[in-house]
Amino acid sequence: MMKKILSMIVLMMFLQINFVNAGSTDEKLKSKNSNTTADECFEGFSRTMFSLNLGLDKAIFKPVAKGYRSLPVSLRKGTGNVISNLRSLLTLSNNILQGDFSTAGNTAGRFVINSTVGILGVWDPAQSFGLEKQGVEDFGQTLAKWGSKSGCYFVLPILGPTTARDTVGMVGNIFLDPIYTVSHNRETDFLIGNENYQEHNFYFYRGTGAVDFRAKNIESFDSLEKNSIDLYASVKSIYLQDRNKKINNSKINIETQNDSDWEEIDTQ
Amino acid sequence: MKKNFFIFVFLFSLLYPQVSFSYNSDPKQFITEIVDEAKQILSGSNSKEFKTKNLSKMALKVVDIKGIAYYSIGKYRKQFTDDELKKYLELFEKYFLKSFTSRLSDYSDPKIDVLSAEVKNDKYTIVRSKLVGTDKKPEVKIDWRVYTKNPEQPLIRDLIIEGLSLARTQKEEFASVIESNDGDIKKLFTTLIEFVEN
Repeated sequence: MMKKILSMIVLMMFLQINFVNAGSTDEKLKSKNSNTTADECFEGFSRTMFSLNLGLDKAIFKPVAKGYRSLPVSLRKGTGNVISNLRSLLTLSNNILQGDFSTAGNTAGRFVINSTVGILGVWDPAQSFGLEKQGVEDFGQTLAKWGSKSGCYFVLPILGPTTARDTVGMVGNIFLDPIYTVSHNRETDFLIGNENYQEHNFYFYRGTGAVDFRAKNIESFDSLEKNSIDLYASVKSIYLQDRNKKINNSKINIETQNDSDWEEIDTQ
Repeated sequence: MKKNFFIFVFLFSLLYPQVSFSYNSDPKQFITEIVDEAKQILSGSNSKEFKTKNLSKMALKVVDIKGIAYYSIGKYRKQFTDDELKKYLELFEKYFLKSFTSRLSDYSDPKIDVLSAEVKNDKYTIVRSKLVGTDKKPEVKIDWRVYTKNPEQPLIRDLIIEGLSLARTQKEEFASVIESNDGDIKKLFTTLIEFVEN
């Protein structure tokens, strides 16, 4: 445990390099993050990794996702809900780190109700108790909220597109995810019975989440692939726009779009 | 003879309403009409050729293709000669129509609910809608950026799908093609021609 705390402190110190002044107002944060572009770290490497990932997707991930989609709708929906419910614990950690305590209360309430009344999260009765589903949060978003810039963009093998900040965020997610802690902690295993919380359960949960996401986006990605003149650039653009939207917690679609982009174009 | 002609025109407009459709100037109503028209075109019984042809016709009337072309090329527009700009606009229209019809043709009988409209300023209104989810696909929020400088003839400039702008993605794609070829705009022309011809 001490080792983990020490690693977190080192991680935080490393991030200080990237930090701008903390304590920004939401408006400041929004305008700062409205820039959805990021420089490339090493484009050649990233494009190679992108091609590798595409190959893996065609050979493994897409067929698995298609197989998953042939399961009955109720089973898929229940699985998606269970994964989403477990994932909400990581969101809860980040709600707290971002100082967003009202959303943290909502997330915690939803988790308790859905895990009990909703039978391990298979159903979502929390909605009927007035606890609406909120957006997911991760440590990359928390770092952005704290004022860290995105840093450069690159593509990792298997894990896909990311930025320097989001890569640090991925490492942070491991420490902040209670599911990881429970499944990797021998003391917890001893207390609750070693059989149920072995390490591979964590990877199974993350893998199932990835398959569920891929299955929901088969047609969208096919269409993108078919209609792009530079698929790498399209995916980069979509990734950065999506991150920007999540960081700003935009509930309205167009909130992260900038009118000034169109200002000089008059055709009428 | 004259009577027969009118009967023919009347029946024709019933059979192919998209041919003689005139659009409402209210942005929300405008999008509702476009969605209804697209639904008719994309109806399961229609052939792919029919869908492509009629979606293209519709796009030429309701989308500001020239505006999107200027937006997509961004700062590189200044490097064009008049001839190059003319060629680019012609090429872009072909590219856009192919991409637009290809994206939409994959849907048959889509159910889109037009929800509300928000006037951003005198040039833009955002119309919000949602593509109703199915067993296979989740619900998708779609916002339409409608250009209203001429209030009598609104035009679509962008589709924002779950917060992701299609026009912006396209602009960044174009910039990437140019930048990865040492700023050579002609490479973009070649790429667009390849896309249109394939």
